[in-house]
Amino acid sequence: MIPEVGSFSLILALCLSMILATLPIIGAYQNNFLWMSMARPLSAGVFVFLAISIAILAYAFVTDDFSVQFVAQHSNSLLPDRYKFTAVWGGHEGSFLLWTFMLAGWMLAVAIFSKSMPLEFVARVLGVLGFLITGYILFMLATSNPFDRIVPLPPIDGADLNSALQDFGFIIHPPTLYMGYVGFSVVFAFAMAALLSGKMDAAWARWCRPWANIAWAILTLGIALGSWWAYYELGWGGWWAWDPVENPPLITWLFGTALIHSLAATEKRGVFKAWTVLLAILAFAGSLLGTFITRSGLLTSVHAFASDPDRGFFILAILGITVGGALLLFAFRAPLMKSEFGFDLVSREILLLSNNVILVVAAASVFLGTLFPMVYQAITDDLISIGPPYFNAIFIPLMALLALLLSIGPYTRWKRTSTTYLMQQLGKVALAALALGVVLPLLVTGQISLPATMAVAIGSWIILAMLQDLVNKTANKATRLKGLRALSFSYYGMQMAHMGMAVMLIGVALTSSFSLERSVLLSPGQDVGLGNYVFQFEGTAPVNGPNYVGEQATFIVLQQGEEIAILHPERRIYLATNTPSTEMAIDAGFLRDLFITLGEQKEGDSWSMTIYVKPFVRWIWLGAIFMTFGGILAAADKRYRRLRRKQTESNRESEKSNSIGGELPASS
Amino acid sequence: MNKLKFYLPVLGFVVVAIALWRGLYLDTKTLPSMLIDKPMPSFELTSVDGSVVSNSDLPGQIFLLNVWGSYCLPCLIEHPTLMRLSEEGEIPVVGVNYRDRQALAVDWLAENGNPFSFSILDESGRFGIDLGVYGAPETYLVDANGVIRFRHVSVLDETVWQEQFLPAIAELREEGS
Repeated sequence: MIPEVGSFSLILALCLSMILATLPIIGAYQNNFLWMSMARPLSAGVFVFLAISIAILAYAFVTDDFSVQFVAQHSNSLLPDRYKFTAVWGGHEGSFLLWTFMLAGWMLAVAIFSKSMPLEFVARVLGVLGFLITGYILFMLATSNPFDRIVPLPPIDGADLNSALQDFGFIIHPPTLYMGYVGFSVVFAFAMAALLSGKMDAAWARWCRPWANIAWAILTLGIALGSWWAYYELGWGGWWAWDPVENPPLITWLFGTALIHSLAATEKRGVFKAWTVLLAILAFAGSLLGTFITRSGLLTSVHAFASDPDRGFFILAILGITVGGALLLFAFRAPLMKSEFGFDLVSREILLLSNNVILVVAAASVFLGTLFPMVYQAITDDLISIGPPYFNAIFIPLMALLALLLSIGPYTRWKRTSTTYLMQQLGKVALAALALGVVLPLLVTGQISLPATMAVAIGSWIILAMLQDLVNKTANKATRLKGLRALSFSYYGMQMAHMGMAVMLIGVALTSSFSLERSVLLSPGQDVGLGNYVFQFEGTAPVNGPNYVGEQATFIVLQQGEEIAILHPERRIYLATNTPSTEMAIDAGFLRDLFITLGEQKEGDSWSMTIYVKPFVRWIWLGAIFMTFGGILAAADKRYRRLRRKQTESNRESEKSNSIGGELPASS
Repeated sequence: MNKLKFYLPVLGFVVVAIALWRGLYLDTKTLPSMLIDKPMPSFELTSVDGSVVSNSDLPGQIFLLNVWGSYCLPCLIEHPTLMRLSEEGEIPVVGVNYRDRQALAVDWLAENGNPFSFSILDESGRFGIDLGVYGAPETYLVDANGVIRFRHVSVLDETVWQEQFLPAIAELREEGS
């Protein structure tokens, strides 16, 4: 009975979201106050009923209700409780419910934190979000209802959650990634509301910016968590594989990164208006494309859910209606968006534009590389695979170029910057960065290597430029501390995110160039050397978990004869599915990771295993954490919270810009 | 004209959407090899037992080229079929020990039995790239002239043997006679 309540609640949410998708938008056109003001309560209603649905699904998992097909396929009575609970997103149906629920959460947040925006605008934003949710719920009810029952004879026990998913990473990675992904739906809704109203002045950019920053920050974290999880769980020592399902989040991230920079130009200077709207649509399209690829069976990959062309067709239809419709509307409205000010060749506008061009080219290349095998097959009936060599060849130079420009950006001024000023400011920084790049690796490793020099030089170029900028900006205040306090959150957010980029680039470059790995066969008592380390195999002992049995090995790691770590990799067999799984052991460090994956037991008591030394690998995720904090810090800037002042300002601005034919008065 | 440029994004999207829609109904399971109807790449490599082997060591008749590895669980599933084929003399089987370690490969053969006339040792996976291997297990049907004629990805069990390989072999024999 209870699962049916979940289904019913989903239907109620559908009804409310259908009203939400229509009434407030029509109300906004007819200036019907009552209809517009229904948007907020309706959003809350949709959220509540989706919350009830997902809570009931979680309840079905926790109480082992195997009559529900989705529970039977993704849980087992032996599964630990924390995984029973999180198995809600362990398969297609439940994870899509989570996705929709999170969108409703964002929508509720918009409904609550939009007091400073005109009601007409809020009604349109929430209406567009209601439209998306309507599509998602229809999709669930039509092709993948998580509450479907197995009748008449339910199984006695469930098939268990995929053993690779029974891990801490599974608890946090999917929700974070989804949260970031659907955040770009909110940005999309803002852009659509602006297009629908025809009022595409700088005001929508200002309202949108904190939301875009937060969505971007969470997506950054979500991708980094996925990378970190893959690194320690999948056991091949990699942190990025250019897998067809890793790529859509990256595409979304690249568009999103371009968007938050372009929004700055649109808000501050009223330029690139059409371009910003287009980026908002593209970032959203990237997020839907990710959904489409994972859920349609279009490409085979570790992330793919069970293939089903019908589902794919349905999502494609949603994609076609929303993105296709949005782009068509864009084509109608874009000619009306005019830049308000011109700018010179050397100016902040140009730097932001270069950033956008690089990021969009990168996103387009990743997109092409992801879908090209499929297109090729459709045309020639042959199969090809496009792997890391293609992506690296395009991506690495683009990111290096981006990093070079990244330091210059904060030094430029809007409209015009003198080149002599830039040279005078950054000339010394460039020299110092180059010197550090040559000297530092030489001191540490005693040899010169190009990748290390490049990594350190680019990293210190960014960080030194940032420090000097801080010094400049605080120079005129009474004390440095006062100067630091006077700087805005958005300034700190920007610097922090840029520093994150530097840290990540250093990590990527050094890990890719200096990682060591070795596969060996060892018996207890034997040891093997790798780099400066000696790994001593002590032996194995049986170990039993709640739903698995296995063997745990013990290794002692020595550096110059001194013991520095003890590692316990495991080999497990999960009982419900009888699948083997390997749990690697990692000694994590700021400067290097050591890790071991245990293979199979061979003749006698010898084991096959692979040992890795990965310098600076942590810096990749550390950089992502900096970026995340940077994004949140920027969104927390005071000026977004000064409600009243902001509102009057934005009205003044919209009058000043007088953007399009004045078919609607600036509402207050 | 200037206004028309704003229609480019939606046009691009329509093209991509059509490609995605077509992609939904493509068969991604059968993987034709780039080398179908081409001669086997030439090689001169060590075999798993340590001797040097080259194209001249290949059987002068129709044979199977099976890609395997000691790490590969599905290889154990198809192993009895390969053993039967080679023991009953139905067809010679040549192995490619793909991205494995020699010591592990020797152990694996000692433990499970050796159906191969010889196994090319391809520790680096370089030969696998020439051959266009996706991963173990994979089996190629090669004719008497050393030309690859058929490719099967994943496990070769009795059903696959009966339904796919036997007809393909019959066709080759007809062609030859």
